[in-house]
Amino acid sequence: MVSQVSQIPWKKVGICYFALFVWLFTSAMHIPDGYLSPVTSLIMFMLVLPFWILGLKKIRQTMNARSVPLISLMAAFSFVIMMFNIPLPGGTTGHAVGAALAAIVLGPEVAVIAISIALIIQAFFFGDGGVLAIGANCFNMAVVIPYVAFATYRVVSKDTPLQSPRRVIGAVIGGWLGLTVAAFFTAVEFGIQPFFFAMADGTPLYAPYPLSVAIPAMLIPHMLVASVVEGVMTGMIVFYLQRSRIGILQSKELDNETEPEGLLGKLRWLWVGMAVLAVASPLGLLAPGTAWGEWGVEELTKLGLQSVPSGLEKLSTLWGAPFADYEISFLGNMNLGYIFSAILGIFLVGILAWLLTRLVSGGSPEKQQSM
Amino acid sequence: MPKQSHFIEKTLRGITQAMERSLFAETISLQPGFFQSLDPRLKIITTLVLLVGVSMAHNLWIIVAVYFLILVFALSSAVPADFFIRRVWLAVPLFTGIIALPALFLIPGRPLVHLPLGLVITEPGLRSVLFLLSRVATSISLVLLLILTTPWNTVLGALSVLKVPDMFILVLGMTFRYIYLLLHITNDMFLSRKSRVIAKMSGKQERHMLATIGATLLGKSLNMSSEVYLAMVSRGYRGTVVTLKPFKMQRRDWIWAVFFAIISVSVFYLGR
Repeated sequence: MVSQVSQIPWKKVGICYFALFVWLFTSAMHIPDGYLSPVTSLIMFMLVLPFWILGLKKIRQTMNARSVPLISLMAAFSFVIMMFNIPLPGGTTGHAVGAALAAIVLGPEVAVIAISIALIIQAFFFGDGGVLAIGANCFNMAVVIPYVAFATYRVVSKDTPLQSPRRVIGAVIGGWLGLTVAAFFTAVEFGIQPFFFAMADGTPLYAPYPLSVAIPAMLIPHMLVASVVEGVMTGMIVFYLQRSRIGILQSKELDNETEPEGLLGKLRWLWVGMAVLAVASPLGLLAPGTAWGEWGVEELTKLGLQSVPSGLEKLSTLWGAPFADYEISFLGNMNLGYIFSAILGIFLVGILAWLLTRLVSGGSPEKQQSM
Repeated sequence: MPKQSHFIEKTLRGITQAMERSLFAETISLQPGFFQSLDPRLKIITTLVLLVGVSMAHNLWIIVAVYFLILVFALSSAVPADFFIRRVWLAVPLFTGIIALPALFLIPGRPLVHLPLGLVITEPGLRSVLFLLSRVATSISLVLLLILTTPWNTVLGALSVLKVPDMFILVLGMTFRYIYLLLHITNDMFLSRKSRVIAKMSGKQERHMLATIGATLLGKSLNMSSEVYLAMVSRGYRGTVVTLKPFKMQRRDWIWAVFFAIISVSVFYLGR
């Protein structure tokens, strides 16, 4: 009877897709409490922290006392824009995060702060997204989207004039890519839960799906809907700003000119490379992952058996097809997990190096900040 | 004929709901009740500790016990029971339930129930779904109880105990205040536009209208930030932040603090 479960994976996968697709329309990317283990939540807080520090530093350097009302209003604006229902061709609607727009108008460093505050208020006072998950939500939506979107926008628009249609294209692609990469990170955070945080008998304690389910289930619907919403909204507003409020786009531009074009400029390409890698990797890896599992069935099962807790051995009668299947997907995912963590590692080291150089080279005496 | 997406109505409904909810929370938080009478710092710390406790628990019953404890607190704090239960149990199964459903069949283990189409509910599958649902519901209830029984400016004031910098609290408070103003402005913009539209708009027109409203709102926000800055300066703002900290732990608060500490420790200990 049990073996039937493994014979219809497409059906199970179909249910997953449907479920996450529905979810997409309701709560977008806000992770509630209970999906992530406390350890993951803590790590995500630590990942966000340097970006918060960098953002505050940047604000203090460039805007002085004006920063308090500016951040407040921008955070309030982000909050409100998240409530906009954007109609898509075909009659569906979706919500945008607005993080890509904030990055283009304010620059990614300041956008991080504005979006984070909007997310914190949502979590605390409106129950959208968990309180312990604030770190994860801020990392996915307030860090990943602004940086990826801004890098893409800059690369696509290059030095074209502010009215250039390339700016709009850059904004659309930036918004789309930003949210897609964010969805990927969210999926990885979900997907690692069953590996690291399960009970002795394998019962997942938090988000139950492995990477092989979480990544396609999050990425595919996001790429089709939520990312499109984000891209379209960002592009539309940039288009409008170009025609009637060019000053808003200009302020960030002037800011960039005064900024020394050094490591940051070179790193921009790295950022885009990372983004492309991150998006491309699951697509390319998912198929080889299972193929890899198939040719290695025997060794893998052997490997898997060694790591099985003793409690499971009692259930030896069940060591038929479903478990073998499970082991393959499990190890296949471990393999994927290694590659993902490698990418994540590169990403983190890159951030650290960048932060360090910024802190050291940007060590120009902080302006008399009256804050 | 293109399908109508009713995006204006949806956006307006969202905005109205957000305003209604916080008005409702404000009303309850001003009524006399058990949780309302406690020191806000104690409430925030207890909420956070219990959130971590629930998040770390490996025992389903402990999570369920915490949920019922919160329910008792809510009932003794003038929170309408049907609202408190409905708000959580309508939303959680709808979102988390749908996501978690396939896990019933996907996670391998001892089969419990055989359904048609060859679907088998497994024991670990059922347990993992229950873990997810109970954790999410309990966490949401905890935060909900805190916001329902504490006015938001009190929560902000109490955040300073958690060593949150005063500057950050000021920004949070201002953001909160301007969210309502911007929601109001947005509401007006949508309503005034909608009241002048008779024909069905095409998707392109709808998006164009949204972009206009979004960009106008962005411009207004930026303008307002410099106006607010000038207003602050003219009232003596020099870049330093002063927050009032009028809280004082009463004897009653200390007694409850001990009680909450015992509960928290037992949640951590028994939930291992």
